[in-house]
Parts: sequence; structure tokens; C-alpha cells
Amino acid sequence: MSEASRPLLEVRNLRVEFTTRRGTLTAIDDVSLAIAPGEVLGVVGESGAGKSITGSAIIGLIEPPGRIAGGEILLDGQRIDNLPAEAMRRIRGRQIGAIFQDPLTSLNPLYTVGRQLVETIQTHLAMNAAQAREHAVGLLKEVGIPAAERRIDHYPHQFSGGMRQRVVIALALCANPRLVIADEPTTALDVSIQAQIIQLLKRLCREHGTAVMLVTHDMGVIAETADRVAVMYAGRLVEVGPVQEVIHQPRHPYTEGLMASIPAIGQDVEKLPQIEGSMPRLDAIPKGCAFNPRCPKAFARCREERPELMAAGATCAACWLHAG
Amino acid sequence: MIAFVIRRLLQGVVVMLVVGFIAFSLFNFVGDPVALMLPPEATQADRQAMRESLGLDRPFMVQFATFVGHAVQGNFGISLRLGRPVSALLAERLPATLELAIVAAALALLVGIPMGVYTGLKRNAWFSRFLLTASLIGVSLPTFLIGIFLILIFAVWLGWLPSFGRGDTVMVGPWSTGLLTASGLKALILPSITLGLFQLTLIMRLVRAEMLEVLRTDYIKFARARGLTNRAIHFGHALRNTLVPVITITGLQLGAIIAFAIITETVFQWPGMGLLFIQAVQFADIPVMAAYLCLIGFIFVVINLAVDLLYYFVDPRLRIDRAQAGGH
Repeated sequence: MSEASRPLLEVRNLRVEFTTRRGTLTAIDDVSLAIAPGEVLGVVGESGAGKSITGSAIIGLIEPPGRIAGGEILLDGQRIDNLPAEAMRRIRGRQIGAIFQDPLTSLNPLYTVGRQLVETIQTHLAMNAAQAREHAVGLLKEVGIPAAERRIDHYPHQFSGGMRQRVVIALALCANPRLVIADEPTTALDVSIQAQIIQLLKRLCREHGTAVMLVTHDMGVIAETADRVAVMYAGRLVEVGPVQEVIHQPRHPYTEGLMASIPAIGQDVEKLPQIEGSMPRLDAIPKGCAFNPRCPKAFARCREERPELMAAGATCAACWLHAG
Repeated sequence: MIAFVIRRLLQGVVVMLVVGFIAFSLFNFVGDPVALMLPPEATQADRQAMRESLGLDRPFMVQFATFVGHAVQGNFGISLRLGRPVSALLAERLPATLELAIVAAALALLVGIPMGVYTGLKRNAWFSRFLLTASLIGVSLPTFLIGIFLILIFAVWLGWLPSFGRGDTVMVGPWSTGLLTASGLKALILPSITLGLFQLTLIMRLVRAEMLEVLRTDYIKFARARGLTNRAIHFGHALRNTLVPVITITGLQLGAIIAFAIITETVFQWPGMGLLFIQAVQFADIPVMAAYLCLIGFIFVVINLAVDLLYYFVDPRLRIDRAQAGGH
């Protein structure tokens, strides 16, 4: 960390394993990252790279048979990965909010959005029903729901997808948490709505001083929103650094491939460059660097020894090209 | 909403007409009623006179219309076996069957739903595995066998409960009830367990399966991520979402309970409609059979209507409100 202040959230050497009939799979392997207060950290990678599981691990909601097998997670310097269930529940929603991918299915269809907001507010804040409702109306206004006083008594199916995601954001922010984990918050939305939601999230978090861990595979969203970016591949971090550096001068060949595959407007290309091959399955991660079979720059050491994150220009990359 | 109710009511009328038609057809399957009613030595002229006085010479559709007209007024004719109006016979027997069916259904719901919730939440606890295995017995053993076992244990060996009959009943207006006397309540225990056990295990397994399904949904995951208590998540959010299928099945099963009461009533000599029906079948007492068929059909129609209306209260998505829907 370059910041002098203590990070809000720190993940140290996190390891998540899934016990299956055919043995133990390691979904997250030795991931360390930190988020400063108010900072937006983008986490990118292909599907299955472990982005979402990292998010679930932080809020203590990894579904069995998955489990945290090693490392620690600290909030404000306090370990939260080994807290009893009840203590962790009080942190969820209050200290760390979460937003999931699909707003259409994130809300309980049988209750009005107001009831769901009031319930969450009263779980975490000492408010009576009237105060909680007033707070809920305020939140709905803040996330840009028109006629919030009336809409609060509507059911989720009476809102459009974009409006529902605004409600979800209001729910995630209703107890004013210090960190929000947004797991692909715009993937399920229309492209025209995506930018609005991202802008809204960015504005609200800036106003409230909320830090964000933004999990996505959309580099455009990252470029626009994040302060720093962490790139994941096959359950490991391959590169971490300030967003402009990572986008314009990627140091890891995988990040380079990711950036090259984003089309730029006005660029007349016959064929979009792509990374050959596909990410290895969790039970078949190659020896050495997990990326070596697909890497155009791989050499002997890459096939034998696994690289740790090391300084590479303005970023850190887990690549032997930058060794020594 | 009102249009929906009217549509459902019209559908119910159609169903009742079909049931009535089948019930009416019964009369034609057991031979010529005139031959049954007149002595063998009656002349052709006697037969013809009888036929005309009963209206049997009229066209089929006219006869059916007459039957429906009488049925709507509750007039199903005279029992061939007992020589009394069928409607009076059914009215005497209806309270016994309804009390048995409602107690059995209440037992199934009040025990089945909590057991389903428990086994859904504590999937791996030994007690839930035990309940799940034990429920297989309830699902697979035939009703009469359960009834006979219960009689053997609680009436014959232990002598705690009566093995047959309704005990003492009290008249509350026209309704004879066994719920207000000690012997009536005691007599109700074994038959209602016998009748309700299958439904109980069915509801338990259904609630369990639905709970497991709902607990995997995104909105439960999001509810957890918001830090709601387990109590609020399990009972406030999850259980209510399992209710639509539970209401559907319970509604259908309540009809089935009333219909299946035939077996239980026979085993326990319970003086209800089922027993009346079985005796009517043995004596080819067509008016009683036809009336029973219509009544059971009517009960099913009413229950289905009630179930459809309950959906409205449980699931707001069904309350179609065009003024509000689809707002952006």
C-alpha cells in the first residue's frame, strides 16, 4: 500500500477451497489485496477466475462445500474471517454492503420495496418504524426513484430492471456501510442503463465516503470508475496497480491480452486480438505460472516455478519477466 | 379481480354440469328403474303409466334438465335403500365427515409445515434424516393398514381410545358435533391421524423441497448479505415464498381427504358420508351415489376457487394492476 493510512479492508493470503467427491479444489489461492477508505478497487478477470468468490469470502457468505482454508481478512485491522456467525451478520449490511449481479432476482417478490428497506434499516439502526420509513423514502430519492413516497409501497415486479438495481443499491447503502462489494452490478442490465447505474454508484459512494470493491469483467466500467485495479486469473492475482497504469502499460502478459481484446472506437481492425486457449479448470491448473500454456512470452522458468506478485514499473505483476 | 372471480365461477358451473351429467348417467347404467320399482307381474300398461308419471318417456335432455333443476334445490330424490330423502341423509352425515376431514387437514398442516421447515433448514441433522425416513412410511403405507395398526395399538392393546364410532355428539343448531364432548374428541383422534398422516408427510416433504429451493435463490442470498437475522430470513422471506405450492397441494389434498374419508370411515365405522356412500354402492342405491358424487364435485370446485383467491393474498405478482405495472 502506498497510502500512509491503514487500509479499511485487508485480505492476506486468502485461500478458498471446495471439497468435492473427486478431491479438494482450490478456487482462491494466496490472494492478498487492500482497499483504502473511500477507494474504488476494480477486480477483473474471466468467468471462474475467482472474483465473485473473493467477494463472498469477504462478507462471510461462501456457500458450502466451499470454505476459507487459509489467510485472514481484516476490517479496520480486526480479523473478521473467524468471527462467530452472529457477529459477522452484524457486520454484513452495517459495515460491508453487497450488490449482486441480477437486480431482477435480488429482491423478494412478495414484499414491497419499502418493507424490505425498513426491515434492513431496523436491523442495523436504532429507528422506529416511522423514522425507518422516512429514511427509506430519502434513500429511494437519493438513488433516483421518481415519486419515491408512492413507489415505496410498490412491489419489485412493478419496477423495471434499472429501477430495481437502484432499489438494490439503496438496500446495500441503507445502513451507510464503509465498504460495498458490487459483484457485476450492471451485467444483467441493458447497455443504456449500465452507465447510469455505474455513475449513480460512483456518486453515492463518493458522497458517503464508501469504499467499493467493484467486481466485473467489463474493462470499460473499470476504466471509468476504479482508482486501482486487480486482475485475477485462475484463482490468483496476476497484476495490481493504479487503473491508468494497468490499462495503458500492463505488465503481465495476461493483462496485456485482456487490454488488447478491447476494441477502441475509430480503430479499424480486421480481427479483434484474443488470448488463445481458455482458462484452466480448477482441477487442472498447470505447474508454474497458471497462464504459461497460453502465454506468448513464456520461458522455461514459467513452467517450473510459480511467480509471486513483484514490482513491475508502477504496478505489481506476478510474472517472471519482471524478476530481478 | 372481479372479472377473475366471475370467470372462475362460470368454470365451476361448467364443471358441476359435467359432474351432474355423469351422476345422472348412473341412473341409466343399472337397468330400467321402472322394472326395479314395479312387481314382476305388472302389465305393459302399468309400466307405461309408471314411465309417464315419472317423466321417463320424455327426451333425455329434458330429463337431465329436470334432474339439474332439482339438484340445484338440493332435491336428489329418495334413497332406494332407506326410503328417506337423500338430501336429509347427506345433511345428517356431512358434519361427521367435515369434522374428521378438517381436523385431519389441520393436523397435517400444523405438524407438516413446521416439520418441513425444520428438515429444510437442518438438512443434515440426524433428527431430520429420521423424519425424512419415517415420512416414507406415511407416504407408502395404505390408509386402511395405518388405521388397523392404530386400532390394534391404542384401542386393543392399550385400551386408551375407542376403535369405532363418533362418541357422544351435541347438536349445535342443525350441526351435530363431536368436538364438544370428551368422548367425541377421543373418538376423533385415531381416525384423524389415519386420514391425515399421508397428507402430513406429503406436506412435510413438499415444504422441505420448496425451502431448499427458495434458500438457494438470489433474494435469500441478498437478504443474508444485508445482515438480516436468520429468523427473518427463514420465516419472513423463505417460508412465505414456499406457500404458493403448499396452498395448491393443500387445497387439492383437502378435497382428497374428504373423498378418501371413505376408507377411514369404513375402518373406524365413522358415521359420515363415506360410509353412507359405501353402503349405497353395495345396495346399488343410485340416488345416494349420484348426490354424493355431486356434493364431492361441488366441494372440489369450492376449494379450488378458495385456493385461487388465496394466491392473490400471498403473491402480489398475481394482483394485476395495470395502472401501476411496468412503471419506469
